[in-house]
Amino acid sequence: MRYSGFRILKEALTGHKGWRPVWRSPEPKPQYDIVIVGGGGHGLATAYYLASKFGQARVAVIEKGWIGGGNVGRNTTIIRSNYLLDGNEPFYEFSLKLWEGLEQDLNYNAMVSQRGILNLIHTDAQRDAYTRRGNAMLLQGADEQYLSTDQIRREYPVLNFNDARFPLKGGLAQRRGGTVRHDAVAWGYARGADLRGVDIIQNCEVTGFRIENGICRGVETSRGFIGAGKVGVAVAGSSSRVMAQAGLRLPIESHVLQAFVSEGLKPVMPGVITFGAGHFYCSQSDKGGLVFGGDLDGYNSYAQRGNLPVVEDVAEGAMALIPGLGRVRLLRMWAGVMDMSMDGSPIIDRTPVEGLYFNGGWCYGGFKATPASGWCFAHLLATDTPHPTATAYRLDRFRKGLMIDEKGMGAQPNLH
Amino acid sequence: MIIPHPLLGPCDAQEFTYLGDASLIARPDGMAEGAADAFYDYLYLRDNPAGLHRELWYHEQGDRSWLVVTRNTLTHEIVTVELARDVARAEGRGR
Repeated sequence: MRYSGFRILKEALTGHKGWRPVWRSPEPKPQYDIVIVGGGGHGLATAYYLASKFGQARVAVIEKGWIGGGNVGRNTTIIRSNYLLDGNEPFYEFSLKLWEGLEQDLNYNAMVSQRGILNLIHTDAQRDAYTRRGNAMLLQGADEQYLSTDQIRREYPVLNFNDARFPLKGGLAQRRGGTVRHDAVAWGYARGADLRGVDIIQNCEVTGFRIENGICRGVETSRGFIGAGKVGVAVAGSSSRVMAQAGLRLPIESHVLQAFVSEGLKPVMPGVITFGAGHFYCSQSDKGGLVFGGDLDGYNSYAQRGNLPVVEDVAEGAMALIPGLGRVRLLRMWAGVMDMSMDGSPIIDRTPVEGLYFNGGWCYGGFKATPASGWCFAHLLATDTPHPTATAYRLDRFRKGLMIDEKGMGAQPNLH
Repeated sequence: MIIPHPLLGPCDAQEFTYLGDASLIARPDGMAEGAADAFYDYLYLRDNPAGLHRELWYHEQGDRSWLVVTRNTLTHEIVTVELARDVARAEGRGR
């Protein structure tokens, strides 16, 4: 079923009786060419691109809960490609270009909104750093724009321009950045994959890998053994747990990151702003709620809920930047489990087990990477060679000293 | 979270900074055979368990002691707290 304006009109005139579930609930087959573990954004995108761009017909996605119930449903929906390092920027720019064509490609309204992202500058050192980052972005074909305080004042009059501790000195804007309706990304990819014959198997937990003579033959699941020529694992948040079943230890710690939504307000925040000096970022959803967050809680956690000190810290950041928020009430808050890698950058690579492939370590930047992550993982699974934009995301880069450390924090995952 | 300090009693976790897995106490011998591999394991690889996790906390805004806290990463419940000094000595370290 293709979605179109005509279709909506037709359904409206016939009592909306023609809508159907947009993906099947198939029984698992005994054998597939490629099995993707994890029905989140990255897993579903991988399956979609395997089927649509790499001609793979026998693909299954296995999800222990329901699709889109993990981090693709728990993020703050921001897309951008404002990275510094050569290993990262081409990949995230590729991702942003895929976002720009995503809805036409999927025939699905994911509400991609290029409302722009603005990194605020408060010190001369920060201006130098962001200018360097902006130049790195331009060199890789991304867009960026330096904004003066006056320009920011015109676009974001709600900000505090007179803070003694954090005077606003300017900002680095990426106009093509923005937000996307996160659940629709999972659903759109699921629908697109299903239409191309991918089996999406929900409520099916992987309990082990069948590895014979160092070659992965398939996965043991709560619904029996499923054979596979290749197995791709895309379960960020639970990577260590799942890959331990294949005997692998990963350069990853799981950490908890909180996010918040306020009650609905009239439009005050035209784009996304980040307040790095105060550990706070914010955008406004189409329903009017301010969507915001701050730092990791900072300790290993799988709890999907954080603690109050970070709530206080984020609220203080909000009040420093936007004092007018003082009487706005929080509608809800939640937390997601982040695969924090040892250098703050992701991994898309083969593993020491033949036929077993790994995609993870997305830290708190996985959502914006969804399309490129899926495309590059599909490329790796289908061709056994890394996509040109993802050649640096090697699993063995830590052994070789080829880290991609955007923040220069070293092997301290809670600081990335 | 409240960390029950073995010397000072209950302390707010905000007084501490967090380092990570308690295996970081056991720093490999840099002069030994296979030291490069041992340091790769030590620096970069983690068990990252869902459940009980032994981890290092530093009482930066208190008595500046290092603690080994055993905490459940699924519930944030703190089970036991030891002085890292005692743990290291029990493992055969001189100090």
